[in-house]
Amino acid sequence: MHRFNWLLIFSQFINGLQLGSIYALISLGYSMVYGIIMLLNFAHGDIIMVGGYIALISILNRFGPFISVFFAISGCAVISVLIERLAYRPLRKASKTSLLITAIGVSIFLQNLAQLIFSANGRPFPASSILKNNKMRFGKINVNSVTIITILISIISMLLLVILVHKTKLGKAMRAVSEDLESGQLMGINIDKVISFTFILGSSLAGIASIMFCCQYPLVNPTMGYMIGMKAFIAAVLGGIGSIPGAVVGGFTIGFVEIFVSAIGFSAWIDVAVFAVLIIVLLIRPFGILGRRLTEKV
Amino acid sequence: MLKVSNINVYYDIIYAVKDVSFEVNAGEIVSLIGANGAGKSTILKTLSGLLKSETGSISFLDNEIKNMLPNEIVKLGIVHVPEGRRIFANMTVKENLEVGGYVRSKKEVEEGIEDIFFRFPRLKERHRQLAGTLSGGEQQMLAIGRALMSKPTLLMFDEPSMGLAPLLIAQVFEIIKELNSLGTTILLVEQNAQMALSISNRGYVLENGKIVISDDSKSLLQNDIVKCAYLGS
Repeated sequence: MHRFNWLLIFSQFINGLQLGSIYALISLGYSMVYGIIMLLNFAHGDIIMVGGYIALISILNRFGPFISVFFAISGCAVISVLIERLAYRPLRKASKTSLLITAIGVSIFLQNLAQLIFSANGRPFPASSILKNNKMRFGKINVNSVTIITILISIISMLLLVILVHKTKLGKAMRAVSEDLESGQLMGINIDKVISFTFILGSSLAGIASIMFCCQYPLVNPTMGYMIGMKAFIAAVLGGIGSIPGAVVGGFTIGFVEIFVSAIGFSAWIDVAVFAVLIIVLLIRPFGILGRRLTEKV
Repeated sequence: MLKVSNINVYYDIIYAVKDVSFEVNAGEIVSLIGANGAGKSTILKTLSGLLKSETGSISFLDNEIKNMLPNEIVKLGIVHVPEGRRIFANMTVKENLEVGGYVRSKKEVEEGIEDIFFRFPRLKERHRQLAGTLSGGEQQMLAIGRALMSKPTLLMFDEPSMGLAPLLIAQVFEIIKELNSLGTTILLVEQNAQMALSISNRGYVLENGKIVISDDSKSLLQNDIVKCAYLGS
């Protein structure tokens, strides 16, 4: 009889955690921004690409790994704050549809700008200058060090986010505004500040995810953010958009689904499986796994 | 203290408030009464900066606040307890109070919370609970406590009696009177005209976005039009 291969299952589980944690980091940005200004920020995926190129250029200019990572993360934060200022803020009072179309426009703009500067061809990412990938052995199991580091850094980042959102003044203001924007304003909260803070948090996490992603799949190109962003967006919706734990749960779910589908030999069907899971979950729970139904108590 | 002159507010193209002028003097309780849709809440939202008046002026302690942002207005000392309480249901009672003290320093927030817990022991008992799990009356206490956190000089209430049992309504009005006696000026918007007028110094009656009668509360309670339209007799 065919023996169940536990080792294989375990290493696939680790792979699922790695991919899932990258998706989770990105989907947090979608979810938090949606929670505050009800915007599906389609340019968020392209921030991954921005982070990838900044890291690439920094490494090529011989700024060491730490400084390059720092540049990538802070570059993502600066660009997304700029996007909010220039593209979204003037539309604060416009309809949600105008805002959504603007976000799609910003996404297309970023992709084309990158194409203009770096050409449409992909460039290899010098992953080993940031993280040397060593094979690690735990008993009979081989694991890549990049995988372990990705999982650890993601978990640490998410814990930091939770602390920031629950313990700091701005974090509490952010949660208040995401529950009730008007009521938050009546407490004296400066919503512009809270919105900028939210964009900084979301895009910094995306910057971290970007480095992790590029170390695992070392190629950057102008449209690399599109599909990852789309998957992370699905993760946010799946988990319940607007919910921070939901984004994490959604991210890991999508990660595990992808790894599972490719492990059983259907790697060409990964995207189909992801969308199918989304459809099924939304049929059963239209607000996502941890999403809350919007009820008003009068 | 507060002087509103000729404000006009629209929702898109619908007139909500037409040429409204009124005053609130320091230490007073002033009521705005009127039917549903008369423009009472719109006036409060304009005062707190959520809505903008196209014309006129709103002056508060010698500051022109008509074009100020809500957070700047809160800093000046006008705080608005919104209709339906609008507490942050998924945050704890204590966190709601902390957010209420957003414009205050950390030390002031700590002292403020102590004060509120002393005034409303129920909130202290439940300070770790999510605000959404409180009863209606407790939520109103929390909404009031949260507003007090920023140490207002002018406190505006929008329908504080809404959705509460009669006993709780009496309690809420008792609290409002007490806050006033401790020095906070109150602007009160109510459909429950009887209750509102019984605790206030003066009142304004709004109809279709316009002020139609203004007088001291005693006279308003005797006024035939008011009696007929708002006091149900």
